[in-house]
Amino acid sequence: MSELKNVKGRKVLVHDMALRDGMHAKREQISTDQMIKVATALDDAGVPLIQVAHGGGLGGNSLQHGFAMHSNEEYWDAVIPKMKQAKVSVLLIPGLGTMKELQSAYDHGVRSVHVATHCTEADTSPQHIAYARKLGMDTTGFLMMAHLNDPKGLATQGKLMESYGAQTIYITDSAGYMLPSDVVARVRALREVLNPETEIGFHGHHNLGMGIANSIAAIEEGASRIDASVGGLGAGAGNTPLEVFVAVCDRMGIETNCDLFKLMDLTQDIIFPMMDHIVRVDRSSLTLGFAGVYSTFLLHADRAGKKYGLPTRDILVELGRKKMIGGQEDMIEDTALTMAKERGLLKA
Amino acid sequence: MKKIKCAIIGPGNIGTDLIYKLKRSPVLEPVWMVGIDPTSEGLVRARDMGLKTTSEGVDGLLPHVLADEVQIAFDATSAYVHKSNSDKLNALGVLMVDLTPAAIGGLCVPPVNLETHAKAQAMNVNMISCAGQATIPMVNAVSRIQSVSYAEIIATVSSKSIGPGTRANLDEFTYTTSNAVCAVGGARTGKALVIINPADPPMIMRNTIYCLTDEEPDQERIRASVLEMVKEVQKYVPGYRLVNGPVFDGKKVATFMEVAGLGDYLPTYAGNLDIMTAAAARTAEMFATEILAGRYQLKPVKEAA
Repeated sequence: MSELKNVKGRKVLVHDMALRDGMHAKREQISTDQMIKVATALDDAGVPLIQVAHGGGLGGNSLQHGFAMHSNEEYWDAVIPKMKQAKVSVLLIPGLGTMKELQSAYDHGVRSVHVATHCTEADTSPQHIAYARKLGMDTTGFLMMAHLNDPKGLATQGKLMESYGAQTIYITDSAGYMLPSDVVARVRALREVLNPETEIGFHGHHNLGMGIANSIAAIEEGASRIDASVGGLGAGAGNTPLEVFVAVCDRMGIETNCDLFKLMDLTQDIIFPMMDHIVRVDRSSLTLGFAGVYSTFLLHADRAGKKYGLPTRDILVELGRKKMIGGQEDMIEDTALTMAKERGLLKA
Repeated sequence: MKKIKCAIIGPGNIGTDLIYKLKRSPVLEPVWMVGIDPTSEGLVRARDMGLKTTSEGVDGLLPHVLADEVQIAFDATSAYVHKSNSDKLNALGVLMVDLTPAAIGGLCVPPVNLETHAKAQAMNVNMISCAGQATIPMVNAVSRIQSVSYAEIIATVSSKSIGPGTRANLDEFTYTTSNAVCAVGGARTGKALVIINPADPPMIMRNTIYCLTDEEPDQERIRASVLEMVKEVQKYVPGYRLVNGPVFDGKKVATFMEVAGLGDYLPTYAGNLDIMTAAAARTAEMFATEILAGRYQLKPVKEAA
């Protein structure tokens, strides 16, 4: 076993994802009352940044990604005035969300943004990163499906986002595929090329049960921001569970300034009863992690599987084989249709 | 047979592929390629293919327009410089076919509304975007049967086929395409999503078109209309194919398409390039035919103040 680096006294900024990534796990059906309940409890527990939006972020309301119960603006207007210390953030995936929607987010009080691209396509984000900085927002370049780019390549992409104005670069393990050594190599490569003032973040999914271990590995290498989700409410097997992460940080002397017991209570009393299915490592979400497939595909593949009489796992594996990336949810039904024809379940 | 002489502005992926398309045309002849960087590979390629070139932008072309009888120009630069390019060339009586998302002229999808533009004798037509060319015919195939309250299109293109201009200005691409889904496709509201996939070997261009109809969809007539429209597009893009659908789910109609290119400048996966350049060439051919038949006189347009 490798030697544990001393992380005692290190400060980490935690960023909760339950009210954005968690929307995926709820098929976008979270009410404004539930949003307020969760957000105020997170605020009260000292969580400094809370992401609130459709699962796909800005522009997410669509046939492709599902329609939420409310518009993003309605969610922000419900949550933001109630925040005592927490800032609210949003996700912007260029090609889906636009600068018009970013302006609206800012006008409604959103002050931080993850500008997200696939891990090789950073150059689709310059407009949006520059615009966010112009608005004075805390701006992150968010490199999704980061396992699909090697450390050097990922560092080059992160450097591009930094050049557009991103203040933090995130390694985003959208498929929950990475192991701690993968995370370490990528943080190290980014640290080598980024300016010293540029922060590094890690966003994990728990599909292989590595959310906590990967986040700690990232911190050991110098990451200072961690995305997690209270109760693990998120796509796939969920995000790194926030309360577990905070407990581990407490044990290791990493400072998160979050109140562990309050987060435990929030998880047990509010989040768990909200879940439509138990968000955990199961046959399908483990397949995501094992095959390196985008976590959000999970429930879409479940639906297509039921509709066309195919095992979800077979669809997910095929999507991985065809190298589908985040945003290609339309290809799930298409792939299921083609597989159903090949298997004689549908006439060609 | 006499051909109409053409200039291409912008020697990137689209401009270069366009040279191939124009060279095959019975009524068009590419004679000039306009760039801004003397060291650009695109200008070297254009020279190798027998075109005259300038690296001084449109201003470098203007003195030659009359002598070289340039009557149609294709703009494959960016939305930000298109207006100025168009004004300068329109002033000399050159018809502009715009392949940027500027959309200052009428939006054109050949099988849907090309004839209307030709009859109106427009001096600037806009080709929307590759995503628009690939999906709007399918929106129209549904909306011509029954009213569509909302249409949503998802275009996935390979990373290698998307040049730096489009990448840096993704929002313009999204806005122009969404707008055209309504204006040309015939949906009351619309949305466009674009995804750039880096898989290697590169994946073929894929498009999904969702339409929400006001009433229960007439499955039989919509299916027939979709198949007929596919044939119309195949007349200029042979690799335009229906993969799955139309699939009906309540009032939602889903159609899954792919577009293979001819493999002229980029390999066949880059159907997005072909559908744009082929649509632009087809549009220009329609105008050229009208000009050659004496039905359309190009006239200089005074610059707007």
